[in-house]
Amino acid sequence: MALTQTDRALVLALWKKMSTNVGIYTTEALERTFVAFPSTKTYFAHLDLSPGSSQVKAHGQKVADALTLAAHHLDDLPDSLSALSDLHAHKLRVDPANFQFFSHCLLVTLARHYPGDFSPKMHASLDKFLGLVTSALVSKYR
Amino acid sequence: MVHFTADEKAAITSIWDKVDLEKVGGETLGRLLIVYPWTQRFFDKFGNLSSATAIMGNPRIRAHGKKVLTSLGLAVQNMDNLKETFAHLSELHCDKLHVDPENFKLLGNMLVIVLSSHLGKEFTVEVQAAWQKLVAAVANALSLKYH
Repeated sequence: MALTQTDRALVLALWKKMSTNVGIYTTEALERTFVAFPSTKTYFAHLDLSPGSSQVKAHGQKVADALTLAAHHLDDLPDSLSALSDLHAHKLRVDPANFQFFSHCLLVTLARHYPGDFSPKMHASLDKFLGLVTSALVSKYR
Repeated sequence: MVHFTADEKAAITSIWDKVDLEKVGGETLGRLLIVYPWTQRFFDKFGNLSSATAIMGNPRIRAHGKKVLTSLGLAVQNMDNLKETFAHLSELHCDKLHVDPENFKLLGNMLVIVLSSHLGKEFTVEVQAAWQKLVAAVANALSLKYH
């Protein structure tokens, strides 16, 4: 499932609109993931996960930066995410199912903050984009 | 058997009262068919599904979305008894409709996203969590009679 030109244009348009606020939304998405899918918290026993936690916010920003990098390197995702792929494969070893929980919560977050931009086509393109990022992240798992 | 706390039930019913079954049902089903095009396999006889616009404007999809969401209303009213409530529908989806239960999860998550886009501020973290629990429980109940 590769990204078409339309998919890329839509994803980049939303990223441009979100500008420096991507971290706010990825943080909210993380909070939603932890509450809606409690098993995901098992990977964050070392963090304070209480509402408003600065550690979650910091982690949200890390995720935001990675997604922004990905959005601007849609032609070579595996290469640009290579270091993160290694990290997730050999150190973090997050079960792949969890990326889907997070991706879903990010869509929920974006849908409520940008309802006017969240057309079915945008929704589909974002879903595809997040799927490709996930694939790149788990590409070195085995 | 899934247990819903009083808070979860309140979160679910407060949202449900605001849901326009046709509008939300139609949009949920439409988005499912657009975002996951392979789900169109169950809707060959539903007319024009050739584009996102065609799908969202298709009156038969809209009507079917309303039907599906009306059934979900049964879940909202019977949260303590989902297994019995969906027994017949489970048999139907297995024996007659031949729907992979994976699709119930896709539709459930799609509904959560549509509710979020419509409700915005109200769709808090806790409200989403309660709804995730409900749609997962319904998806499970619908798969119980599969064989």
